[in-house]
Amino acid sequence: MNFSYLFDPEHWELGVPGGFPQLILSHLGYSALGLLLGVIIALPVGLYIGHTGRGSFLAINAGNAGRSLPTLGLLMLMVTLLGLGLLPVLIALTVLVVPPILTSTYAGMRAVDHGVVDAAKGMGMRPLQVLFRVEFPMALPVIMGGFRSAALQVIATATVAASVGLGGLGRLLIDGLAVNDYSRVLAGAVVVAVLAVALDLILALVQRWVVSPGLSGRRVRRATAAT
Amino acid sequence: MIQYLQNNYEVVLTALQQHVWLALLPVLLGFAIALPVGYLAVRFTWLYHPLVNVCGVLYSIPSLALFVFLPVLLGTKVLSPINIVVALTIYTVALLARTVADGLRSVDPLITQAATAMGYRRFGRLINVELPVALPVILAGLRVATVANISLVSVGALIGVGGLGQLFTRGFQLFYLEPILVGIILSVLLAGIADLVIVLIQRAVTPWARFQRGGAA
Amino acid sequence: MSRIRMVGAAVTGIALALSLAACGADEDPLAQETGAASSGGAVTVGSANFAESELLAEIYSQALESKGVEVKRSFNIGARELYLKALNDGSIDLLPEYNGALLAALSTGGAPEGVSKPEDVLGALKKVLPAGTEVLEQSTAEDKDTLTVTAETAAKHSLKTIEDLKAVAGQLTIGAGPEWGERYQGLKGLKEVYGVEFKEFKPLDAGGPLTVNALKGGQIDVANIFSTDSSIVTNKFVVLEDPKSLYLAENIIPLIRTEAKNDTVAGALNAVSAKLTTENLTSYLAQVQVDKKDTATVAKAFLTENGLV
Repeated sequence: MNFSYLFDPEHWELGVPGGFPQLILSHLGYSALGLLLGVIIALPVGLYIGHTGRGSFLAINAGNAGRSLPTLGLLMLMVTLLGLGLLPVLIALTVLVVPPILTSTYAGMRAVDHGVVDAAKGMGMRPLQVLFRVEFPMALPVIMGGFRSAALQVIATATVAASVGLGGLGRLLIDGLAVNDYSRVLAGAVVVAVLAVALDLILALVQRWVVSPGLSGRRVRRATAAT
Repeated sequence: MIQYLQNNYEVVLTALQQHVWLALLPVLLGFAIALPVGYLAVRFTWLYHPLVNVCGVLYSIPSLALFVFLPVLLGTKVLSPINIVVALTIYTVALLARTVADGLRSVDPLITQAATAMGYRRFGRLINVELPVALPVILAGLRVATVANISLVSVGALIGVGGLGQLFTRGFQLFYLEPILVGIILSVLLAGIADLVIVLIQRAVTPWARFQRGGAA
Repeated sequence: MSRIRMVGAAVTGIALALSLAACGADEDPLAQETGAASSGGAVTVGSANFAESELLAEIYSQALESKGVEVKRSFNIGARELYLKALNDGSIDLLPEYNGALLAALSTGGAPEGVSKPEDVLGALKKVLPAGTEVLEQSTAEDKDTLTVTAETAAKHSLKTIEDLKAVAGQLTIGAGPEWGERYQGLKGLKEVYGVEFKEFKPLDAGGPLTVNALKGGQIDVANIFSTDSSIVTNKFVVLEDPKSLYLAENIIPLIRTEAKNDTVAGALNAVSAKLTTENLTSYLAQVQVDKKDTATVAKAFLTENGLV
């Protein structure tokens, strides 16, 4: 194990092409865009299916099928079809993150206590109010769980972008491999793993912050203060 | 695509065969390892959180990096399928150990108490009561791990061993769609079949679950 | 109760079956590898990760098979740095190489100066081959590294040779395999021999579709493409001359582990080298790259049409 590449300060200078800051930034960029697109697609669909109960078969099976699509193959297919650029990578990463977000949204919505929904209806809430003020907040912990696992996957997988000539931390893996520089491959692996863990921690904090204290069982006084 | 298959069925078949081995062997190995590991995390509760964290970190190592590093760590040859098998076994354990622990933890304490009252010792209770009750959760995790493995194997093609992934790289080098499509379709089919097999096993070994569901509806 | 016990038994049984299956299965994929060279018989043929290398590897494989040699194929491994490792550890026994590039990779500090003719390169190469490996007879077929630009770029900057790049390289982006960033026959040599320094280096692939399409699409201005590549003709690309011979002779030559070599193997491969020329290689490669014929069919056609099988 040779950590010389990782700890070489030259590789950590800002603004150097191929340096860690620049690679991390592009890596996070691909991941964030993929996650964003995934949320835009999967969240409404999951909420709709979970709320209405219609098309649950579709939600579960589309989720499974999506998970079985090999990202590398999909990426190479997209590059062959669409040419080089960011778009093929984004499509592949979006397909990767849709299944966990979709299934967790659906599962979170289905797990909401029917009694609570009935009570909300009884209070005169309209369907959309029930959805956004009762069901969604109650499903949020499960949804966040799915989002966190999607984030973990997308960070680890965004490395494939380098295999079709783009940047990101995968460059360290692909280039290190091509020139037989294991120290560089190791550096890439370590930075990706650290990035994934850090992101997961941040998301855990976000989850604490967005999930209603009434649900997480923490002190209720904060809840009154927050509203 | 039909014509491509006609001309290349041998290549495709070999790739498929390799893919099946490389993906499923780690599932079996990983399952065998995850069961005791997951159990330990339940038996010794202080182990649970470290286990979850370690699994999370392991799962976030990019597969390509693991494929490249294992020969250095294990002293295996660079093109040896062992590297892929070990790497995917690690991922499988990372996914399943936690699921096994969660499954066992989800067993209603009343059930365990009842089993103890009926005279079960710790091991007998684990095998005869807790594992069967936790099985739906564990098998759900197994499904995810299996499907994930089948899709991950192809990354190995970037270092020369990758089952159907070789069809991706080959097609990609020539900007030729057919091999890539064939590879994707076979990979998805394989995942579907493996998933179905696990579902059938699950139905066979947890008849009560079906009964309950029928009763509830 | 009895039902639960039955299920328990079933679970134990499955777990047992799984672990048994795991033990039995363990041997299979491993056997594929270890059997290769040591057990005599089979020769494992490898290839680099580009179409021509795979075609040549397939030609070698079929030529050996026609002489009754058992062949295992392990194609598409990666760049030279990676597959030489596979050759050294015995994962593969044989692969098609390019004499100049191999010489440069094996000599510390790049290829020795003043060596660029095929015979000189071969002589120098034989001195630096790793223990346990040797080369057979080289063919006249050559596939050189080139710097290639589109016709428009060539016209715009009036580029004919690599020397002409010197003045304009600061505005241009070059695309090549990632290994080019470090190799002497890459950016280092360009800077040292021609004083050419590009604005940006984009690591893509070794003369593969990424590089070709990036050049076509204007994402790069200069590309490292192999001279036999059919995309040069198809896209009317302009290959820049190399007056200072930075790129050595690149004759195709079989590189083999000594323990895998015998008279039958050497005879079959030398017969292939004798028939291989730059012209016929280019046209057979075009069948793979342009007509999308599969390598096995094209390799067979090569062997049949040249009376080798």
